[in-house]
Amino acid sequence: MTIRTVRPNRVQHFRPRTHCFKKLEAMVVEMQDPNSGVKGSEQKLNVNTIPHVITGEDVIAWITTKMKTTPEEVQAFGTMLVAYGYIYPLQNHKKLVMCNDTSLYRFQTPYFWPTQNWVAEDSDYAIYLAKRNIRKKGMLEPYEQAHYNHLHDWLNHKWDFIVMQATEQYRAGKERKKPDRVVFDCQERAYWIVNRPPPRTHSAMDTGPERLIDPTADEKITFDAYRRMNLFYQQAIMRSKVKSSVSLGALAKYVTTYKNHDPFLAPCLPSNPWQTDNDTYWTYNMRRVDVPTKMRVERWSFSLFELLSDLRGRDDFKVFLKKEFSGENLAFWEAAEELKWGTASSMPSKAETIFKTFLVPGAPRWINIDGRTMGLTVKGLDHPHRYVLEAAQTHVFLLMKKDTFFRYLKSPVYKDSQKKALNPESHSFSPAQLEQNAQNRSPGIHPIILWQQEEEEKAKAAVASAPVDIKAMMSKIDRKK
Amino acid sequence: MGEMEELRKEAESLKDQITAARKTVQDTTLQEAAAGITAVGRVQLKTRKTLRGHLAKIYAMHWGADSTLCVSASQDGKLIVWDSITTNKVNAIPLKSSWVMTCAYAPSGNLVACGGLDNMCSIYNLKGKDGNVKVMRELAAHTGYLSCCRFLSDTEIITSSGDCTCVLWDIETGTEKTIFAGHLGDCMSLAVSPDFKFFISGACDFTAKLWDIREAQCRQTFSGHESDINAIGFFPNGNAVITGSDDATCKLYDLRADQELNTYQDSSIMCGVTSLAPSVSGRLLLAGYDDFNVNIWDTLKSERVGVLAGHDNRVSCIGVSSDGMACCTGSWDSFLKIWN
Repeated sequence: MTIRTVRPNRVQHFRPRTHCFKKLEAMVVEMQDPNSGVKGSEQKLNVNTIPHVITGEDVIAWITTKMKTTPEEVQAFGTMLVAYGYIYPLQNHKKLVMCNDTSLYRFQTPYFWPTQNWVAEDSDYAIYLAKRNIRKKGMLEPYEQAHYNHLHDWLNHKWDFIVMQATEQYRAGKERKKPDRVVFDCQERAYWIVNRPPPRTHSAMDTGPERLIDPTADEKITFDAYRRMNLFYQQAIMRSKVKSSVSLGALAKYVTTYKNHDPFLAPCLPSNPWQTDNDTYWTYNMRRVDVPTKMRVERWSFSLFELLSDLRGRDDFKVFLKKEFSGENLAFWEAAEELKWGTASSMPSKAETIFKTFLVPGAPRWINIDGRTMGLTVKGLDHPHRYVLEAAQTHVFLLMKKDTFFRYLKSPVYKDSQKKALNPESHSFSPAQLEQNAQNRSPGIHPIILWQQEEEEKAKAAVASAPVDIKAMMSKIDRKK
Repeated sequence: MGEMEELRKEAESLKDQITAARKTVQDTTLQEAAAGITAVGRVQLKTRKTLRGHLAKIYAMHWGADSTLCVSASQDGKLIVWDSITTNKVNAIPLKSSWVMTCAYAPSGNLVACGGLDNMCSIYNLKGKDGNVKVMRELAAHTGYLSCCRFLSDTEIITSSGDCTCVLWDIETGTEKTIFAGHLGDCMSLAVSPDFKFFISGACDFTAKLWDIREAQCRQTFSGHESDINAIGFFPNGNAVITGSDDATCKLYDLRADQELNTYQDSSIMCGVTSLAPSVSGRLLLAGYDDFNVNIWDTLKSERVGVLAGHDNRVSCIGVSSDGMACCTGSWDSFLKIWN
């Protein structure tokens, strides 16, 4: 298996997260302001005095006054600053979190900020590890040792260069004053912890697979591209736009209509199975239930789409249509759906059955659509494809939506369903009962059984809707006589 | 060269005309339209279940069409189908390539699909004859990584890729039926409309495009974001689109008004949005961010009404179950949590 992705350009490496860096940096610069920023002080750490050290508490307090938000938000924000490497911890340097106590932190020097346009390359990391190895053998941690060995294998061709660079840097470092050296070491170590995190450390620079498009590449728009763009824009202008008040009104209406049906906003009766481990809700709302719940019946009245999507609702609708002797529209709609989503090999045979049952003049379940659509559909059926019935199906759907659906809602069938619908009492379990529920949870009906039931139903329906053979019927009646 | 200049000027003037046309239909804002609606109040969701079993970062999850099964993909090279209410693993499918970035559950429940840096979409049949889960098809034609895939049925699937295109595949023959090209940046995510006639894709060129599946054309383009769009979803009524981006905002676009209606942002949020999912009524929008939290937004009032904090690393995927009863979050800390 080969991964065929092309190795992207260097600069692009920062692309995924750069947008928030500008805002973060503005904030960090403010924090370092000598007058209004976080107050730093000198701290003694292992013999050396380190300047400009800040405590976690001070940082959290400063952010709280600046952003005026909840403590959890401030905590999260503080931790983000550490995870990105703008602030680094002095003790516990492997845990990149902001602790709201006297733990010590320092601001990272801008040289090591994530936005600087250089990538934390493997060869740089190798130089860093080699340098530490030179300083004191055995100083590397196990995960660093593992990295070092791996890099030694992989960058073997450059190894002399790497060792040379490392020795140079080590010598240059020795010439600096001790406090400066310690500070620089801390900064460098923090930088590498963010860019090559040890196990169980969560660094925010971990961004996953890189994007393929290079954002800095110039956009070369060709002549053809311009022409196509302009065509698209012209079509866009001519497209009719709905007023935003209408759209927003529709959104608000939808949300309000469904408010009681949203389990996050309204309680479910009898009880939410996730909270009480009791499956009754799901048992009441199964596909084939004799008496549906009130909420379900209410939902059917929201739109024809909802009614048809819920198979139990569709059954109810079929009962109504049977009484009105106008079941052919729905049957056609169902047949068209099966054609749309079925296998390609079944399409010719399905198309033929549909043609014979619904479209041929004098067909047993002839649907009443306008002449033009009928003509187009019949012509298309010569070479049937998935969407050949699309126009006819939409027409039939609209017919049902504008006329039959409203009559259904006013019909005795629907009103009957509403009356008989279940309105279960809400459960109130004591904690002991909840425990019992968790232990007694049943696995529910096996899906194979449900599937078998559905196949049986389909077979029965097919027999029932097959064209009636008048002669056979007549001969039966004669025989009875 | 003069012609190019002319075309460029024409493009600019057309764009200005579009902006002007959009302004004229903008006669109200969401705040005004929703002024009469009562506020939702604080929404507190608790973790009901934690699904443990993955050994590495979880990149994607998808709920099945029934209420409790979901599939998750992780970079340890496993695709796991969970029965989330009992936390049992129904299937643990080992993958050929461990660099997986997306997974999907078919509405029928028979198939699952996954893909990633191997540039292929692999379809697995869960209901095989002998009970074993086997690869049914490998759909290979993309020249970039697979960022997202969604089933239309057992015979068709749509995928989006880092090569800036989306493709509609015929699973039976394993070939591409339609290629939807037009984006100028990596396509990072896609979502299918509730009536399965359209789908939307969000890309690294800061735009989202609405495509007509049947006509194979881009119907509308929505711009306004300042950075890569990572996550996209349809509002439950199918007339509006919500996008989440690296610029730390989520935007609501309306399809019929052809413009942006609202932006969900807060000055204290600076990290990008990685994933989003609307609740069943559309009132709540759950969005996962890079700062390890999930924020719950009230879509009408544009306010944050809750936070789901519980993960130790970036929340990479989020999904609301089909009956709306629970939401599942998957994170790079290798756990999936079910909230309610």
